[in-house]
Amino acid sequence: MSEHLLDVDDLYVEFRTRDGVAEAINGVSYTLDAGETLAVLGESGSGKSVTAQTIMGILDMPPGFITGGRILYNGKDLLTMPESERQKIRGAEIAMIFQDSLSALNPVFTVGDQIAEMFQVHRGMSKKEGMAKAVDLMEQVRIPGAKERVKDYPHQFSGGMRQRIMIAMAISLDPKVLIADEPTTALDVTVQAQIMDLLQDLQRERNMGMILITHDLGVVAGVADKIAVMYAGRIVESANVWDLYAKPAHPYTQGLLDSMPRVDSKGEELYAIKGLPPSLLALPPGCNFNPRCPHRRDKCVHEVPPTEEVAEDHTAACFFWKEVARG
Amino acid sequence: MSDPNASVSAAAPETVETETYRGSSLPPEASTEKPRSLWSDAWRELRSSKIFILSAILIFFFLIMTFFPNLLTFGKDPYTCDLKLSRQGPSSTAWFGYDNNGCDVYTRTIYGAKASILVGVFATAFAMLVGGFVGVIAGFFGGWVDSILSRVTDIFFGIPLLLGGILVLSSFPSTDNANLYSEVGKVVLALGILGWTSMTRIMRSSVIQVRNADFVIAARALGATSGRIIRKHVVPNSLAPLIVVATISLGGYIGAEATLSFLGLGLQPPVISWGTMINDAQPYIRVAPFMLFFPAIFLSVAVLSFIMLGDAVREALDPKLR
Repeated sequence: MSEHLLDVDDLYVEFRTRDGVAEAINGVSYTLDAGETLAVLGESGSGKSVTAQTIMGILDMPPGFITGGRILYNGKDLLTMPESERQKIRGAEIAMIFQDSLSALNPVFTVGDQIAEMFQVHRGMSKKEGMAKAVDLMEQVRIPGAKERVKDYPHQFSGGMRQRIMIAMAISLDPKVLIADEPTTALDVTVQAQIMDLLQDLQRERNMGMILITHDLGVVAGVADKIAVMYAGRIVESANVWDLYAKPAHPYTQGLLDSMPRVDSKGEELYAIKGLPPSLLALPPGCNFNPRCPHRRDKCVHEVPPTEEVAEDHTAACFFWKEVARG
Repeated sequence: MSDPNASVSAAAPETVETETYRGSSLPPEASTEKPRSLWSDAWRELRSSKIFILSAILIFFFLIMTFFPNLLTFGKDPYTCDLKLSRQGPSSTAWFGYDNNGCDVYTRTIYGAKASILVGVFATAFAMLVGGFVGVIAGFFGGWVDSILSRVTDIFFGIPLLLGGILVLSSFPSTDNANLYSEVGKVVLALGILGWTSMTRIMRSSVIQVRNADFVIAARALGATSGRIIRKHVVPNSLAPLIVVATISLGGYIGAEATLSFLGLGLQPPVISWGTMINDAQPYIRVAPFMLFFPAIFLSVAVLSFIMLGDAVREALDPKLR
């Protein structure tokens, strides 16, 4: 097996709550190489953010428990390495961007302070050097008037500008992996496009691997190299962008694509996947998607479908993917 | 901090930004506005509050009494007494009259501020430091650390302030060579040891709120250590309620000191404090009520000003109350 930059291997995470055990992640595997963008797609509660938190090591434990699997970064397992070593990777090698930039920035310090802090913590720079770097970074993320604005507080920025500051903080130490957890969800559409452009440019310049967590199929299409679709803590289908959009092999992916509004479907009723996402406390037996699946057979209720190779670099976890793919 | 004006001014330039962000030079939005932090916002709010101005003026006077009492007493010495003048009522030479020993009540009242204010300030500082520290540790780390610290806090919380104060102070009776600072120190310790628990509870709950804020998780994801997260992210964002409670309880400590001194347990003569003066005056309340009246008024006004200050600070720091 060739070595990947990041290799999540058969990861299991559960949350032990008062109401029972919520199986948040049930055997997730994906890989990421330098310069590659992996989009992790899924509904709320499908485990896409929990996977990211586990990679970052910011999962709340307890109630969260990692019950199996490995996360290899440059061949070393993040989950078993000592905390001191992991602390060096966090932020410097693997960094993360959050969804809500207003609450992800500390309201009592200026943005310059907060970017400079990265250099003070990890590089041992002085405050002054850090501030100079902060201006530099704010220019790189295209914040107009960066020199004046470093002394402003987060609430003085618009949503798009704040997200740029969040990005500036995340890329400040030239991380090899950037995890963007729904970076554009809180922004309006025009700003969304700018932020995605910016992320893509930065990624290319620095040859970073990027994990883009989103539920927005539109955002994904433009930037991702490959896509992993998650449902109830499993990756149900993964492929490169073109294959996935052209030949979805899992009924859930197909449902998602069909429920996208299109320009040419104006006036028609929008397709929706029937039913609700399952409760993680009581996942349906067999294939987790079976209660909502239009292709359901008896087998789906009793057996868990294995992940099968549909084509090269294209896998799906469905017994009847041939039937589904034929459409 | 969510400031309605700020969010409006920040939202408006969004359209400008979409068109011109690629352009090289754009005047920064809101460049005329000074950077506004939580604290500068609160200060702005405070300056326009009448209650704050009133309490600040009063506290300013009490501070002058504390540090420069001779400015207000025209050089009179509180220990120069003339028994001939015993219990003479207020007059143009002695505005507040004379006490049982023929000492000028006005001078003694002014000099009495020092002990009361010092006890109040230091007991508050003590309680704030100890209580704040324990609260941060309990709130931030949670789990068994929190359980142990919270139970210890509960035990101390169960001891009534006055009863505990009496207990502590009567176990350490004053020696003959008592001076102001050893006396004040003793009372500070008694009040502080029993008073830190409420600060711990406030700080703990406020830290628990902040602990799970996105910016704390973000800081952790970007590689900050626990120590740094506490210093830079948790404490500055959870300090506001503690400051409010501390300001209000400062008044409470001054009152508690007076109560203990009145009972003969707090500050001891020759230290002058409002509490000891009230104690001295108590047997003569029918013949010379002014002996009680003036120190009592000063005590009440001092307590009131700190409580009003605390109220004003709370309003300034809590945007929901605006």
